[in-house]
Amino acid sequence: MAYTVPKLKDWSAKALDKAGAKLLAALEQESTAVKNKADWKTFRDRWIGRKNGVLTQINDLWLKAAPKDAKRDVGQRVNEIKQQVTAGVEATAFPEGQVNPRIAGEGRSVLSRPASRGVGTVTAALDISLPGNRRALGAEHPIIKTMNEIVSVFRNLGYSVEEGPEIETDYYNFEALNFPPNHPARDTQDTLFIANQESKPLRDRLLLRTHTSPVQIRSMEKMKPPVRVVCPGKVHRNDAPDATHSPIFHQVEGLAVDTNITFCDLKGTLDHAMKALFGSSVKTRFYPSYFPFTEPSADVQISCIFCGGTGYRDGGRCPNCKASGWIELLGCGMVDPNVYRFVDYDARKVSGFAFGMGVERIAILKYGVDDIQLFFNGDARFLEQFG
Amino acid sequence: MKLSPQWLRDFVDLNADLRQLADDLTLAGIAVESISGEGSEAVFEMDITTNRPDAMNHYGVARECSAIYDLPLTPIEPKLPPAAQAASSGGQAGTTARVVSYQGAHPPVTFPIEITEPELCPRFTARVLRNVTIKASPDKVKQRLALLDQRPISNAVDATNYVLWEMGKPTHVFDLDLLEGGRIIVRRAKDGETLKTLDGVERKLSSEDLVVADGKKPVGLAGVMGGFDTMITDKTRNILIESAWWDPVTIRKASRRHGLHTDASHRFERGADFESTVVSCDRVAELILQSGGGELVGGAVDVIARRLDQAPVALHVSEVHRILGEKLDAREIFRILDRLGFDVLPERGGEADFTIRIPSWRLDVEREIDIIEEIARLHGYDKFANTLPAYAGAVVELPDAEKDCKLRSSLLALGYDEAVSLTFISHHDAERFSRVPAIELANPLSEEASVMRTSMVPGMLGMMAYNLNRGSDNVRLFETGNVFEASGATANQLKRVCLGATGSAVLPGVHQPSRPLSFFDLKGDVEALLHPFRCKLLAYDSQTPKYYHPGRSARAVMDGEIVVQFGQIHPDVAAARKLRQDVFIAEFYLDLLYQHALREVRYEALPRYPAVERDFSFIFDDSVKFEQIREAMTALHIHEMRSFVPVEIFRGGNVPAGKYSFLLRARFQSGERTLREEEVGQWCPRIIKALEALGGTQRM
Repeated sequence: MAYTVPKLKDWSAKALDKAGAKLLAALEQESTAVKNKADWKTFRDRWIGRKNGVLTQINDLWLKAAPKDAKRDVGQRVNEIKQQVTAGVEATAFPEGQVNPRIAGEGRSVLSRPASRGVGTVTAALDISLPGNRRALGAEHPIIKTMNEIVSVFRNLGYSVEEGPEIETDYYNFEALNFPPNHPARDTQDTLFIANQESKPLRDRLLLRTHTSPVQIRSMEKMKPPVRVVCPGKVHRNDAPDATHSPIFHQVEGLAVDTNITFCDLKGTLDHAMKALFGSSVKTRFYPSYFPFTEPSADVQISCIFCGGTGYRDGGRCPNCKASGWIELLGCGMVDPNVYRFVDYDARKVSGFAFGMGVERIAILKYGVDDIQLFFNGDARFLEQFG
Repeated sequence: MKLSPQWLRDFVDLNADLRQLADDLTLAGIAVESISGEGSEAVFEMDITTNRPDAMNHYGVARECSAIYDLPLTPIEPKLPPAAQAASSGGQAGTTARVVSYQGAHPPVTFPIEITEPELCPRFTARVLRNVTIKASPDKVKQRLALLDQRPISNAVDATNYVLWEMGKPTHVFDLDLLEGGRIIVRRAKDGETLKTLDGVERKLSSEDLVVADGKKPVGLAGVMGGFDTMITDKTRNILIESAWWDPVTIRKASRRHGLHTDASHRFERGADFESTVVSCDRVAELILQSGGGELVGGAVDVIARRLDQAPVALHVSEVHRILGEKLDAREIFRILDRLGFDVLPERGGEADFTIRIPSWRLDVEREIDIIEEIARLHGYDKFANTLPAYAGAVVELPDAEKDCKLRSSLLALGYDEAVSLTFISHHDAERFSRVPAIELANPLSEEASVMRTSMVPGMLGMMAYNLNRGSDNVRLFETGNVFEASGATANQLKRVCLGATGSAVLPGVHQPSRPLSFFDLKGDVEALLHPFRCKLLAYDSQTPKYYHPGRSARAVMDGEIVVQFGQIHPDVAAARKLRQDVFIAEFYLDLLYQHALREVRYEALPRYPAVERDFSFIFDDSVKFEQIREAMTALHIHEMRSFVPVEIFRGGNVPAGKYSFLLRARFQSGERTLREEEVGQWCPRIIKALEALGGTQRM
């Protein structure tokens, strides 16, 4: 028996709810009978057709006929019904010759929108335990994410971000950082060189930067003290790839130069940064090291974040710190006065510190990654773990 | 480097246990990487920094221990028997060289030494031993060397090795009877000369090489490796011991030129102790005589061609405070430096507080800052307070930071995973995926990684293939990075973003069927990513490079500049890379895109009057592109027409071949009033006429 829009006498909320529910139930029922495009067109015209469609009828019979004081309320309900009917009719549409997927998939309900205030409870309850239609979000790369985190710790301390080229000259990568030609410390850098540079003077020869430290020089050339910069970026070394080596990796370099910077400030700054990155209970330990561009130079260890610095966990030696309780994390030092000569700073008036950390090393620690190659092969199964 | 804590006890009376000792040394800058073995068999794996060749041996580390723990250091004082025979001739050097005989208890000079390159060889000390029996070393020597993974060879050779590990001074022993001409000459090699080194390799020498030669031929590559033909054998009876000081840069160059890195060259190129040539020579003699018998002939021949100048350093306590930030008092400074073997002389009336004389084994210490580091490291870095410096300055962002951030967050929201690939590609890929000159590496890791990437596409295709080969067939990746091109003698670095996508646009699920990714999914992403950038005109053309599918790729042209290239990868390229499903790529040229500012949003009043829609169903020839229709509609200048969008395209059925049916929808709206039927009725014929002008036929 086809549904016809009844005339209303009772304009109470209860009566309206009842009439609305009846109407939507009829829509639901008729929608199941739609088998092809021709059916659907008829169905559409009957419900939302401009000429005497159901919606036009309820406009006339329910809304226009309503007493003045009930109009506002009736209008709202009629609008809600209109929206649901329109959506229901559209949801029934499907390309010729195919089963309507929405009908097939959702317990044949075309009215997926839950009715408000009890209007139009027209469908059987959904199995809400079924998974939702999830749209995949992209995942941040763990290295870039970690690098951004490090940068933001220093930005909050007043450091500006600087970048430099990945292909550098010998001058910026070595000479101005106090690695004189033929200095044995150059050996520690496993440099990848650009071909066909022999005709140039040594300082102009191109190579792949082996550290982000050249950005220190470029920054100091650009600005006068006070300087506070943090320089994230990609670096290259002639290291054959394996679980712990990669020819590319990332570093974050930092530099602070002013009239008042001391070794105590270097310690305090890095202690703060390590606490910000690894948690406030982390302790730092500084011990002497050697970099040509800093003097005094230091390596920094943090207390092992896996065993809490005890060296033991789960009843055995902590494998992460080899039971030492400490993990080596970064290199730093007071800027060597020789470096200031290259950028025309007066070493008697200013002092400063520089530090550099390997992003992969920190990310490996943070996420427990056991093979550095995973960072660079684009394996979606790996990347999506960081989403 | 390996180190035996037991051996240290020859020189310093250590109380600390192994773990404590390792920690204390590390905290003083003599890094102990790991400990293996126990008791007297214990071995430290050391990581001695390049600047500290003085600590690359047991005596040097013992000296550090003595400073750390304030313990006395037992010096190395070889005890030699009286020499059997008097001197025969004097040492000889180039014009600037002097001959100094050793001021010991022994008769002077027995063997002529001539130095022709005093700059490169400032000092050469030698001793002669006769009637020595070559045999195995005593157990103590063998065991100690074995602990350091050194293979014992014979008493004479082991003696030099032992002294190297004991006091860090490389020495060499020759079979005296194989030296021709009765003399040693330190000279440059002659072009064309050859030398078979101890490793059995015949080496071509040039005038850049410094050699130790006898009267006729080179017998050693100076400071690097001795010669094969004059080495100690079982038959050796008479020995010449060499202990010299070589110019570090000369040794480093020779070691690199011949690809020969030895324990000797490692120390000489970092700077050995100038004052240890005689004592090391004596120590080798002592060890050989102890095990192999024989007698000493004459004293040490000690030729000093030039003295090393280690200038004293002025130290200001105020400078110590300025750099370190802690007010260490002068007594503490004195105590530390004195324990390390520095002579600390108070300056009276001068501008500095102390004059510091540098010990001969510390060639790394030359400046006041180097002294400050010595003070800091022995004081203990951890004793310094942690402070934060005051700062009055502003944080400046990188010029493109906001654009980078916008693009990256949009890509993540669109479902692309962020990836990082290698920066190197093959020559072949550089040619295939770009037309710019590639920058070649001089020492590439492999043929496949021999040039700097000129395009991000090979790396992205590599990652897509990697995923497809591992059963991940729904993948979207993006990578932000630099490509490089040669530009004259310099390198250009250009920033790019590359997208890769393959698989489904809609993932299969119980509620909806899957749908494969299409060109238009990618184009939609490109549109969304370009949307934030301000431009006058954004158009698309199909002039893409050959590695794209000719019918399913496009370029986005923003105000005349190509900012994106995108589409499906050409089937041939996909086949060559064994991509087993369609892969889509987009390349964003950020250098060009970022010339456009980000849109500044200005609020637009929301419509208060209803919109009216009209559909137009037309049949067009396949050659008519939507772009032409869009332009034609724009040219109508109907202000109230808010949009004109394609709704449905249909081919086949009763639509003739070569044509398609196109349903288009116009939407009209006014900001000032409700539109009247007549107004809309006036616009529709104009639209129909414009569509007909493009060759369209209206469907009834």
